[in-house]
Amino acid sequence: MSTEAAVVEEVKEKKAEPLFSKKNKKLISNPLDIDNPVTVQILGVCSALAVTTQMKPAFVMSLGLTIVTACSNVAISALRNTIPSRIRIIVQLAIVSLWVILVDQILKAYVYDVSKQLSVFVGLIITNCIVMGRLEAFAMGNKPWPAFLDGMGNGLGYGMILMILAFIRELFGAGSLFGFKVFASLGLPYQGNGLLLLPAGACILLGSIIWIQRSLNGYRESH
Amino acid sequence: MKFLRNQLDSVKHYFEKGGKWEKYYFAYEAFDTFLFVPNTTTETKGVQIRDAIDLKRLMMTVVIAMLPCLIFGMWNVGHQHFLALQQVATVGQKFWFGILKTVPIIIVSYGVGLTIEFIFATIRRHPVNEGFLVTGMLIPLVMPASIPLWQVAIATAFAVVIGKEAFGGTGMNVVNIALTARAFLYFAYPSQISGEVWTYLGDGAKTVAGYSGATPLALAAQSTGNVVSDFNSFGAGWADGIYNFWNMFMGVMPGCIGETSTLMCLIGGAILIITGVGSWKIIVSVFAGAFGMGLFLNAVGATPFTQMPAYYHLVVGGLAFGAVFMATDPVTASQTETGKWIYGILIGIFTVLIRVFNPAYPEGIMLAILLMNVFAPLIDYFVIQANKKRRLQRATV
Repeated sequence: MSTEAAVVEEVKEKKAEPLFSKKNKKLISNPLDIDNPVTVQILGVCSALAVTTQMKPAFVMSLGLTIVTACSNVAISALRNTIPSRIRIIVQLAIVSLWVILVDQILKAYVYDVSKQLSVFVGLIITNCIVMGRLEAFAMGNKPWPAFLDGMGNGLGYGMILMILAFIRELFGAGSLFGFKVFASLGLPYQGNGLLLLPAGACILLGSIIWIQRSLNGYRESH
Repeated sequence: MKFLRNQLDSVKHYFEKGGKWEKYYFAYEAFDTFLFVPNTTTETKGVQIRDAIDLKRLMMTVVIAMLPCLIFGMWNVGHQHFLALQQVATVGQKFWFGILKTVPIIIVSYGVGLTIEFIFATIRRHPVNEGFLVTGMLIPLVMPASIPLWQVAIATAFAVVIGKEAFGGTGMNVVNIALTARAFLYFAYPSQISGEVWTYLGDGAKTVAGYSGATPLALAAQSTGNVVSDFNSFGAGWADGIYNFWNMFMGVMPGCIGETSTLMCLIGGAILIITGVGSWKIIVSVFAGAFGMGLFLNAVGATPFTQMPAYYHLVVGGLAFGAVFMATDPVTASQTETGKWIYGILIGIFTVLIRVFNPAYPEGIMLAILLMNVFAPLIDYFVIQANKKRRLQRATV
């Protein structure tokens, strides 16, 4: 796990900056590509491998994480000047767990079957490296609005990778999308690839995505 | 020959610097040096006398060592087919049947693998390496004759791209490429590469009464009494004594195309050892590890499988083939001489452990070799550290 994310990135704001200034737009777009939490910072890999056998749980998981990251970022950012730095981690955890419990309860109330499938992984958002990383790296040093955008961006960046993984794994592993039998309905015979349904297959797939992304944007790890 | 040379020379200027197909130079060069001896000589400065053995010759030696297994395997594919259907066939017919089943797999394996090699060599601008000559032959030998060709193609592509090119190409791979291909199929499409798939029957073919495609390992795992007597009584009525010890040593039994015959593997192993291409230490230690573990289980085990005599472990399944052709892969094996013993013995031990105690994997040699491939650098590290320590103690400062 990379710890460089813990370095506080400061965004110096001028007065009366437009809501979607260039800098603020970057907060959304960077995590989608050159600063992706999963493929560049290699955070949140555990859940990315665990919940992506099907599109539906992966979609719900991405949604849940995006909400939690964005809301916690805003809350911590609003409190950033009053949190004593010695106990900041426990404060962050308390706030994150509030949002996680909310998400968990809503899932249980409205999409119980998905909630069962995701099992512990919703609860584990509390300790998800992306959430903690964004709070430490960004929310503690920036105002609520940029913090919100940063949370959204990172949630979406995570969600994007999850959806790509889940799309390939469900389509080629089980021959379906969101539970809809694609190949069978087209009348094509298709034999599911069992390796893709295993976590090991997801790991190889994630590695391939990183390989493709880095050869496209030329990103190199700095030593 | 003269004609080929002229043809190659006539297009050569297209591929040279400034030519219109300049970026395909390495593809041209690969064909050229495959057909003819390269016309480059050593430079006037520096080393002028070199060993004649290069990568290409090394790889060809391994391919030659595999030929006994391949030829025997072709005959055996036909033999098992006609045995299961209880049809009378001559040696020639059995051979021809085996060739019809085996050659397409070889063609697909080489075709897909070499295409990917050429693409990567062109993109990365390096000469095409000969490493795939061996891999392309190993892959068909560890497949059942009934494997669908598209699966061979996917597995080969996966193994070459993820197993080799992702790590930097020939000589940089961490795990054995041919076994990566097999492991891919094993986990991706288990129904075509495990269970009773080893004899090619053909669609809707009617098998002889009492026929069973169970392999010795499956038989031993299911055994409730004495494994040896189960072996000896298997096949009664349609293939008497198919699983008695000497028959399994000769390899006239169902299995992957090239792996059934321990004898042919040993002949291949002898070729590798005599030419100095393969390490005899690894081959011997894999057998020793498996035999030792077998003896140990005989002494302490309580189930029928653990009571199977230890020497049976050496002839059932793919142990011999793995020991001779897979474990000795110079890229993925241990490099230090002491390390080779440890590496080989652990492969043998893990093979028998997986066979006997893991009901999900009837054969253990593939997973044992892949596991030890990953650990080989660590073994080397400790061997070197131990050596350093020993020499430091001896040193007087």
